[in-house]
Amino acid sequence: MGSLSIRNVVKRFGPVQVLKGINIEAQDGEFLILVGPSGCGKSTLLNMIAGLDSITSGEIAIGGRIVNDLSPKDRDIAMVFQSYALYPNMSVRDNISFGLKIRKVPKEKQDEIVARVAKTLQMEPLLDRMPSQLSGGQRQRVAMGRALARDPMLFLFDEPLSNLDAKLRVEMRTEIKLLHERLKATIVYVTHDQIEAMTLGDRIAVMKDGEVRQLASPQEVYDNPADLFVASFIGSPSMNFIRCPVVAENGTIGVQLHEGTERFVFRAPPAIQASLRSWAGKELIMGIRPEQITDRSPWTGENPHVVSRAAKVEVVQPTGPDTLALIHLNDTPVTCRVHPESAPHPGESMGLMFDLSKLVFFDPQTEKRIS
Amino acid sequence: MIPSVAGVDTALVRPRKRLADYVETVLPKVVLGPTLICALLFVYGFILWTAWLSFTESRILPRYDFAGLVQYIALFANDRWWIALKNLAIFGSLFIFFCLAIGLLLAILLDQRIRAEGFLRSIYLYPMALSFIVTGTAWRWILNPGLGFEHLVRQLGFEHFTFDWIVTPGMSIYAVVIAGAWQSTGFVMALFLAGLRGIDDAIIKAAQVDGAGPVRIYTSIIIPSLRPVFFSSLIILGHIAIKSFDLVMALTGGGPGFSSDLPATFMYTFAFNRNQIGLGAASAMMMLMTVIAIIVPMIYSETRRRG
Amino acid sequence: MAEPYRTQTAGPHLVARAAVYTLLILFALYYLMPLFVMVTTSLKTLDDIRGGNLLALPREVSLDAWVKAWGSACTGVFCGGLKGNFMNSVSFVVPAVAISTLIGAFNGYVLTMWRFKGSDALFTLLLIGCFIPFQVVLLPMAQTLGWLGIANSIPGLIFVHVIYGLAFTTLFFRNFYVTVPAELTKAARIDGAGFFMIFWRIILPLSPPIIVVCVIWQFTQIWNDFLFGVVFSSGQRQPITVALNNLVNTTTGVKEYNVDMAAAIIAALPTLFVYVVAGKYFLRGLTAGAVKG
Repeated sequence: MGSLSIRNVVKRFGPVQVLKGINIEAQDGEFLILVGPSGCGKSTLLNMIAGLDSITSGEIAIGGRIVNDLSPKDRDIAMVFQSYALYPNMSVRDNISFGLKIRKVPKEKQDEIVARVAKTLQMEPLLDRMPSQLSGGQRQRVAMGRALARDPMLFLFDEPLSNLDAKLRVEMRTEIKLLHERLKATIVYVTHDQIEAMTLGDRIAVMKDGEVRQLASPQEVYDNPADLFVASFIGSPSMNFIRCPVVAENGTIGVQLHEGTERFVFRAPPAIQASLRSWAGKELIMGIRPEQITDRSPWTGENPHVVSRAAKVEVVQPTGPDTLALIHLNDTPVTCRVHPESAPHPGESMGLMFDLSKLVFFDPQTEKRIS
Repeated sequence: MIPSVAGVDTALVRPRKRLADYVETVLPKVVLGPTLICALLFVYGFILWTAWLSFTESRILPRYDFAGLVQYIALFANDRWWIALKNLAIFGSLFIFFCLAIGLLLAILLDQRIRAEGFLRSIYLYPMALSFIVTGTAWRWILNPGLGFEHLVRQLGFEHFTFDWIVTPGMSIYAVVIAGAWQSTGFVMALFLAGLRGIDDAIIKAAQVDGAGPVRIYTSIIIPSLRPVFFSSLIILGHIAIKSFDLVMALTGGGPGFSSDLPATFMYTFAFNRNQIGLGAASAMMMLMTVIAIIVPMIYSETRRRG
Repeated sequence: MAEPYRTQTAGPHLVARAAVYTLLILFALYYLMPLFVMVTTSLKTLDDIRGGNLLALPREVSLDAWVKAWGSACTGVFCGGLKGNFMNSVSFVVPAVAISTLIGAFNGYVLTMWRFKGSDALFTLLLIGCFIPFQVVLLPMAQTLGWLGIANSIPGLIFVHVIYGLAFTTLFFRNFYVTVPAELTKAARIDGAGFFMIFWRIILPLSPPIIVVCVIWQFTQIWNDFLFGVVFSSGQRQPITVALNNLVNTTTGVKEYNVDMAAAIIAALPTLFVYVVAGKYFLRGLTAGAVKG
């Protein structure tokens, strides 16, 4: 049973509190991602799960056992590091079987395990090479092989793809995902790359400053971010944030916007109407993602949530599949995603479609999403 | 399934910490321990011991009753000590100057993409592999008035050439400078060469594009960027100078008389040959304080500067 | 690497290069001169020395001085040449180098991979010990060696050289192990390896480069030492450097310069040999120690 339970875990380095009380429950077989900017504490938390760092207070339990007092080798875990950490003076085969050797696994069983792992990761021709003779991607595979050989309850990945070039990263991401589906293992994966987090995880824990800001599925975190930070961290290009006053117009709540000299009101989604009523007359922060502001093409027919407006485009950045267009609403730069063929020249005005069904609103003081 | 209700832990097992793991936390300290004890005892402890001795009237045998600053007063009333200090100043400054100047020059020359650079470098550096005694012995022969360099030059026709520094009381310390610089310049050269090699090519190219000539590039860019190397060399050379003992003993024996005495030879002579432990201890403490007085501010100012 | 600076015309450039090479060669001759003088003088007879000059080659090559230096020259009261002292040096240098290197390796390992609270401060404390002038520990050490019963003995010299060599050897290994990624130790701990196994199986196999540097450095320092030798030993137990100095300073009878030179070369041979064979490691040792500053 490879479940993981982190309860009220706090970590202090001298006077500095690096982790302020983490609570995470991961199911057996779950792919859990810890994501956040550098310094948020995700690597520290991973090290504490592994036993490489001590726990100031709180408990971590793996598979039903509280592991606070257990050394790393007794926790039934395996870890894959960012720098692969392969033993430089040993061949690939010896690297994989090192842990087995220490635990005095019989030689035939060792060979069997190494063969199985090599087959799974398609590493058979590499077994007798030395780490220095391998490419980055191959080394990463060996590091994973070493972890697989232990057949642990919990796999820990510490930014394993950060040292690879972009193309290789995408390939290895797919491999890791396939591996997870095949093995049905419990994985805790640390990354600072939100794309990795979104594509790989069953659930994502978005962390900042030693706290978990939101723990939910990727789609949930994307659509309903818990606060301003999560909203800005997940999604690239990032969500647009516009400060605007709340107005009531004909009984419906909306937000007041202006573009250039034009003033208009965007209606809030029906689900939020009730909560926003108390905000009438006050200012809040509206969030709208770039792909929710497009040209005509995605919308066929009438859609009640989609509003059409023209706006002046200041900057145009083609990315290939779309073109990013920068407009200004409430004097705030706002990025939109338009079809490359519809994109205007910088300085020209363009007709844009605003999808208001996915608008989110944040309290400017607490920065939390208003739900 | 772990119950997610806090406080209901009956389903969880909590294994205890193993003895082996306790041992592992202690092991690093145990391994480092002996070295630390040695440092505390045989360095810091001994310094305190010598300090204590310097405050006593110990002569041939150590005594431990406090006698105030009597030894320090005696030290500074001793002509020979003053000569030693003067010699240290002369030797130290000249030694450091020549090592730095020649070392830098050699490094710059070697940096010019010379063929056989490695070979030349090893020639300049080999003296560092020799004991100061060997160096002193060799140079003593070379500077021998009747049969050495002086004799050689006279044989070449310069009948009245004299080079008897080594036996001239006022000049003997300069002979020590020659031998010392010969030995240690290679080391400074090696440091400067490493420093030169570490300079980013792009900066030099930018200067060339700006129109700077070779001399300008050296004086305005390269030499200033070698400041850390200057600093390290200064510390190490200063350290060598203050500790200089072997070289003087072999080259001049401190003589003629005690005209080429240095604090280190003074200390040895009085503590071990003349049975004046208290005085020797005082001179040793003075040497320590000189080292501290020079090196600590240097390190402090340099690390301050680097921010 | 700095580029040679090409001027507009080829002429001045060639002149500059010639000047550079000339200077370098002149300096090289200056550095080689003492060695040349030592060798040639040691091969001359006394008459040859008096009749000729410093740089002249021997009229007839004679190995008498060498034989005398090795076997019968007077180093103080005893007249048995340097061979006994050579053996003395060997017998304490080898153990001192081995022990200080081993302990330094373990220390460096602990200081980089098993850090604990205060370990860095302890390292600084150790390092400061490098800077002290040894004069300040001579008197207490002489006393202590007496109490331990190892005064004026080979074990005594081993003891002293190990203790005062630890700071440097620790520095070497620590600076080297700092470049080994910490994740290697983490992976090994997860694999189940303990303190000694990690050192033995993983760290040590990575260490030959620094071990060589450390051994060469320590060997050179300890073989060439004079201060500890002259203070902590006497008579026939003296190391070769002290014996050499005694030999050269004996004033009885005629000064035999050729014997002096032969003796100096004998004393210098081991470290010179190491330098010739493994010079680049020597250089690494020098710069490694200095760059810490």
